[in-house]
Amino acid sequence: MLAWTIYISFLGALALLLLPSRSTALIRGLALLTSLVTFAITLTAFLQHRSGEMFTVVDYPWISSMGIHFSLKADGISLTLLLLTGVIGVCGVLFSWNVDHRIKEFFAFYLVLIGAVYGVFLSFDLFLLFVFYEIVVIPKYFLIAIWGSTRREYAAMKLVLYSFIGSAMVLVGLIAAYVVSGSNSMSLGDLAGYHYSPHFQMWAFPLVFVGFGVLAGLWPFHTWAPTGHVAAPTAASMLLAGVVMKLGAYGCLRVAMTLFPLGLAPWGFHVLGLGSWRDVFAVLAVIGIVYGALVALVQKDFKFVIGYSSISHMGFILLGLMTLNQIGLSGAVVQMVSHGILAGLLFAVVGRMVYSRTHTRDLPALGPMHLSKVLPFAAFTFVIAGMASMGLPGFSGFAAELMILIGVWHSYPTLILFVGIGLIAGVAYIWRAMQQAFFAGAPALATPPEHPLPPITFPEKLGAAILICSSVIVGTFPQIFLNVIHPALNSPLFQGLRNGGW
Amino acid sequence: MNAINYGQLLQLAWPEIIVTVAALIALAADLLFSRRSALRTRFLVAATVASLGCIAAIFKLLPGSSEGILLGGVFLSNPATHLVQIALLVIAILTLFLSVDSTFTDHVGEFVLLILLATTGMMFLVASQDLLVIFISLELLSLSVYILAGFDKRSPRSAEAALKYFLFGGMSAAFMLFGFSLLYGFSNSTNLIQIARAIQAGPLNPLVILAIVTTVIGFGFKIAAAPFHFWAPDVYQGAPTPSAAFIASGSKVASFFIFFQVLAIGFAGAEGSATLHHFQSGWVPVIVTVAVASMLLGNLVAITQTSLRRLLAYSAVAHAGYMLLAYVAHSEQSLAALLYYVATYALATLGIFGILTVTEKQLGNDKISDLAGLSRRAPFLSACLFIFVLSLAGIPPLSGFFAKFLLFTSVLAVSPGSKLLIGLIIFAIGMSAVSLYYYLRVLKSAFVADPPAEATPLQSPVLLQLVVGLLAAGVVALGCAPDLILNQILKVIQASGL
Repeated sequence: MLAWTIYISFLGALALLLLPSRSTALIRGLALLTSLVTFAITLTAFLQHRSGEMFTVVDYPWISSMGIHFSLKADGISLTLLLLTGVIGVCGVLFSWNVDHRIKEFFAFYLVLIGAVYGVFLSFDLFLLFVFYEIVVIPKYFLIAIWGSTRREYAAMKLVLYSFIGSAMVLVGLIAAYVVSGSNSMSLGDLAGYHYSPHFQMWAFPLVFVGFGVLAGLWPFHTWAPTGHVAAPTAASMLLAGVVMKLGAYGCLRVAMTLFPLGLAPWGFHVLGLGSWRDVFAVLAVIGIVYGALVALVQKDFKFVIGYSSISHMGFILLGLMTLNQIGLSGAVVQMVSHGILAGLLFAVVGRMVYSRTHTRDLPALGPMHLSKVLPFAAFTFVIAGMASMGLPGFSGFAAELMILIGVWHSYPTLILFVGIGLIAGVAYIWRAMQQAFFAGAPALATPPEHPLPPITFPEKLGAAILICSSVIVGTFPQIFLNVIHPALNSPLFQGLRNGGW
Repeated sequence: MNAINYGQLLQLAWPEIIVTVAALIALAADLLFSRRSALRTRFLVAATVASLGCIAAIFKLLPGSSEGILLGGVFLSNPATHLVQIALLVIAILTLFLSVDSTFTDHVGEFVLLILLATTGMMFLVASQDLLVIFISLELLSLSVYILAGFDKRSPRSAEAALKYFLFGGMSAAFMLFGFSLLYGFSNSTNLIQIARAIQAGPLNPLVILAIVTTVIGFGFKIAAAPFHFWAPDVYQGAPTPSAAFIASGSKVASFFIFFQVLAIGFAGAEGSATLHHFQSGWVPVIVTVAVASMLLGNLVAITQTSLRRLLAYSAVAHAGYMLLAYVAHSEQSLAALLYYVATYALATLGIFGILTVTEKQLGNDKISDLAGLSRRAPFLSACLFIFVLSLAGIPPLSGFFAKFLLFTSVLAVSPGSKLLIGLIIFAIGMSAVSLYYYLRVLKSAFVADPPAEATPLQSPVLLQLVVGLLAAGVVALGCAPDLILNQILKVIQASGL
């Protein structure tokens, strides 16, 4: 049944194109219905498969002469991320309720993007996974270039070229893996079971890992992300930061690390104190954490603050992957969910609640508007989202980052210090942005603005409530997710990785 | 040499004969009966007659038709040649129907005649393993397309394009003939298999190297590989749209196929090796050089183009570079990948030229910036443009992506450990990432930019929409279900023992 998440999204996009462009209510309704149905399917599947072990959704032979199958499978990790996609998909529609320029095409591109994301999380055949991974690129371009703001065409092109170069690297790695194994199968299970020579893995692993890492905001290949997030319309920012970046992290874990586990092994010599690709990527991840947080601390544009905070949080995910122990890896997966929800929420506040009303994102200009009085709901939501993003207990960020930190403590005790700096800077930039944007003016001097800002609408409140609740659920009962993630990490697919060192 | 069996020749050459007769009927019908009718009716009648001929020829070529080899390879008829010939005929039919609404000439009969003569030339070209016949059919093809390029007598651009095409073409034909004469002198035969035997008999003769280089120049011109591509931008831009479409699709399919045969069969044993450590002269190093040059030059120069037709020309150079990688591997699989690639490439290119016939007539030129807002002025055609352009860029699930995937996989499969091959593939994939930039510029203009203030919806003829829609459906279907033709291609290649 999970396969229908993909089909329904694509069919919904097609149906939207056939509607007359004047019936905006119908178009919005159909988009919301489509995303709700797919969300319901992911939720049902999540509740049905509590064991977290891998199960087959569909499996047809597709291209017989090359042994390629249309093969969709899911396990605990993909179920968790599918659920995240479902939540973000629904909220993205809710926060796009005000779009009216070429609305039909907007939601069509949006649904194609969502459908392709579902496809990546479900694919078990690497060819199929790559097909969906590439389909994601094109709607992103048009969503940003047509409906975006600040330097949208530049940002869209930059984002697309970065993504495409990343996927070109992945493609080289996949073709090499397919040909070298000689097994006439592109199934992840078959290829992960093949023992590639250590020499081959040593160059294929970094190639594929960096290829996916580009989309996951791996420093120093992250620069597409802040410009892209800033230029994108709200729903696209939510999807980009919320799920598309997770595709990269998911690819790193699911493809790069399972196919080439020996690529993580020590080189046998040290360069600048680094002894393996694992060390290299762990250090890059920490640089990303600290760098993202410090840059976020000095931004004047409200959306750039959130954009760079994403780099910092994605650094935690990549660092969690490099710990190679169960708690670190599970923490990375939970952090994917947590950051997906929180980035979505933060972008929703900045892009939809604030920017589309005030038409500025300049922090010094926002201060005198007394947004905490004028838009109390926006201020309230931002405070909650900010607390969660800082890692306050009870919210998802805390649970995820704690697990990652414990994992890092076991693997890289020296790096903890730098991660700590990143955490403190994380508190500081959220605090600064919150203070400057919402609580800058002295309350006594508040005069009603000449043009009162339109109040927060119901769809926005609903979307914010869904996201806050999700974050609290993940934060207070992470066990729901860990129960399905652990069996997935212990499955045969990750056998090579477990033998490799953890 | 055995005596020629005319009965068998007649039997095997039925499809070509049918096409030629259809060409003459179309010409006669146009000159005798429909001269006074409206231009569109004349095109429609001539195209219908010609297409009926092509369809009859296709029926003659369907699996199960007679096979044979005449005079040890002067004329072949086997499943692989049949398949390529069917592809060529389909392209000819599509081109004819794309030209129905054009107004660039009133010599309708002659135009259709030339398209069919060029098609006949291509059909003989792919069905021979003999240098003389290859050369003669190549000339039949070339002379027809030179005239087609200059068919718009009112346009100086078209005349310029034809002259340039003719001069460059004549020169490259001279090179090729020179190479062929050396080969004949060296091996005493014009038959590819005999030539290969003579080459394998001893160490590599310098004459053979000279022959390799001149042959590559000759064919490199036909497939528009760098640095023999100078005619392409001008011809793509100046020639009337249907002629340009035909030159960009049909003549490419035939030339790529026969070039592969000449190298893989005729120069078997003179492959050489292009790896740094064991460099050995032969045709593989030459092809590697040409391929890399084409990918680099085609993609980089395409970035700066402002005219859609010139952009297509440079992207054709780049695609020729990718396709040449199949020659480096020269295996059964890579030939299959080459055929799949060139066929899907031809579909997408034809489609874009089809769209250009509408936009140029109503917008006045082929500037990319003039496509602004096309998605709101001609939604259906823009949707098709979206598919064609992304297919050329290699975005899944369109056929252009699968073609690239198949090509690169088949090339690497020849020797998975080879650093040269993996290097070439990394280069090619990197270059296709570059190509996305200029392809997206076209789509950006059509989908992102706003239409000019006084813009009205474009009028697109129904027949043209139908043909373009069919092409787009083909591009999507072949990408989503490559098995539709891939298994067939593999089967015929095995059956023909190539």
